[in-house]
Amino acid sequence: MENGLEIARAAAEAAARQSYGKLVAWLAARTRDVAGAEDALADAFAAALERWPQTGVPEKPEAWLLAVARRRRVDAVRRRLTGEASRDHLRLIAEEMEARMTDDDLPDERLRLMFACAHPAIEASVRAPLILQTILGFDAATIASAFLVSPATMGQRLVRAKARIRDTGIPFRVPERTELGERLDAVLEAIYATFAEGWSDPAGTETRRRNLATEGIWLGRLMASLMPHEPEALGLLALMLFAEARRAARRSAEGDFVPLKEQDCRLWDRALIDEAEALLSCAATKAVIGRYQLEAAVQSAHAARRLTGRTDWPAIRELYDALLSIAGSPVVAINRAVAIAEADGAAAGLAALYVLGDDKRLDNYQPYWAARAGLLARLGTTTQAAEAYDRAIGLERDPAVRRFLQGKRKDLDES
Amino acid sequence: MRYMLLIYGNEAAMMAAPAQALTEMKSAYFAYNEALKKGSAWIGGDQLQPTQATTSVRIVDGKTNVLDGPYADTKEQLAGFYMIEAKDADAAIAWAARCPGASTGAIEVRPIWEQQPSP
Repeated sequence: MENGLEIARAAAEAAARQSYGKLVAWLAARTRDVAGAEDALADAFAAALERWPQTGVPEKPEAWLLAVARRRRVDAVRRRLTGEASRDHLRLIAEEMEARMTDDDLPDERLRLMFACAHPAIEASVRAPLILQTILGFDAATIASAFLVSPATMGQRLVRAKARIRDTGIPFRVPERTELGERLDAVLEAIYATFAEGWSDPAGTETRRRNLATEGIWLGRLMASLMPHEPEALGLLALMLFAEARRAARRSAEGDFVPLKEQDCRLWDRALIDEAEALLSCAATKAVIGRYQLEAAVQSAHAARRLTGRTDWPAIRELYDALLSIAGSPVVAINRAVAIAEADGAAAGLAALYVLGDDKRLDNYQPYWAARAGLLARLGTTTQAAEAYDRAIGLERDPAVRRFLQGKRKDLDES
Repeated sequence: MRYMLLIYGNEAAMMAAPAQALTEMKSAYFAYNEALKKGSAWIGGDQLQPTQATTSVRIVDGKTNVLDGPYADTKEQLAGFYMIEAKDADAAIAWAARCPGASTGAIEVRPIWEQQPSP
């Protein structure tokens, strides 16, 4: 019963966010004023989030939101409460939008809105938060918790970014073929950032972060449906689905962290893996390789263990070699070093890791220290391994992973 | 910038925790201290004695008033502190999130009021 209610609530919330995002996109694409569009719909959206879980999703959800927004306009004008920008949007709602809505469905402009949010003129770190707010209607406080900044700071950044869209005249359009590659990367990166933030919280213990991986997948699905011929959009969705498929296996019944190598693959979600495989092969038919397809291919290789009972580390290593050449980053290099260690032995892996040693960015990067500790331990250099484990433990913020690393550290003392 | 990280937690729950959890916590703090030091963020920090060892002092109308117990009676108590160096609030918040106390209580992040050099 409890579960049934929870499912109904989630479905109602998803429908409300879907309609809200479409309306914001439609309005903002006409006025370039995202904040004004949000403001005009804020009350109606809040009412939908509250009422739909009880009453069910109305037959024409967008029309419902518009009707409530319009009623608010009458009230607001009477009380002179609303700002200039919001009034203009409410007029657009009243005159143009409702006329359209009676004939056919509202055109989906969310893709254009996403390209505006991930425009090069918008600071990279605010792109994902901006998409979460405009497309899905999340408030600044929720987004702030997910990205580990203060709500006040996040609020300011979002306000500034929206002002920038309006003031610098950032266009709401899908870029031409010639510039599409780079611009699409920015959108996909923002979506992946959303997923990755949610991914670091597999137990779902922090309620505010709970849905972020789901929202990332939601945006990924939206992107794949809006651009079904872009192999990287398909690749990103496949990558996220592969990872999501392993969620249940990432923690033991006691809540302890279980590394990928030791996961029980019977707990992996087969339907999600199948969907990811299908996406990946569809992307491959376009014959344009890219970062997300390669990363998804790595996940596919891991997923193959459920069929073969083993992991093809040399193949994974080759995929990381390819990744390093097209999208090199310290994170890719660390993963590659781990694959080398599995394929060619710990000493070779450690050598690949040491090449990175001078990169200052890794000083406070937990996965680097954890990988290093694991390899040093395998080589029997206990003192250095212990130091690296301490470093990794001190940099970890997930208590379950911290306990796991502490356990490994303790094994060193006992061996 | 300098930031104060004030660690709040439920003292009673901490006292009642099993020995193994306390050992784990202690070693997690040890590793966290090391990470702060190696990450050039460390300025100082320590654990505080429990609130029962606390005395509050104030002077009212010229008379000194000394009371047993902390200044405010709250559900979670100040248990320790760090003073760290961080480039900005985001970096300070990232360090607060890694503090073992963030998983059991809350970390208050407060920037230090830096004295402006006199003109």
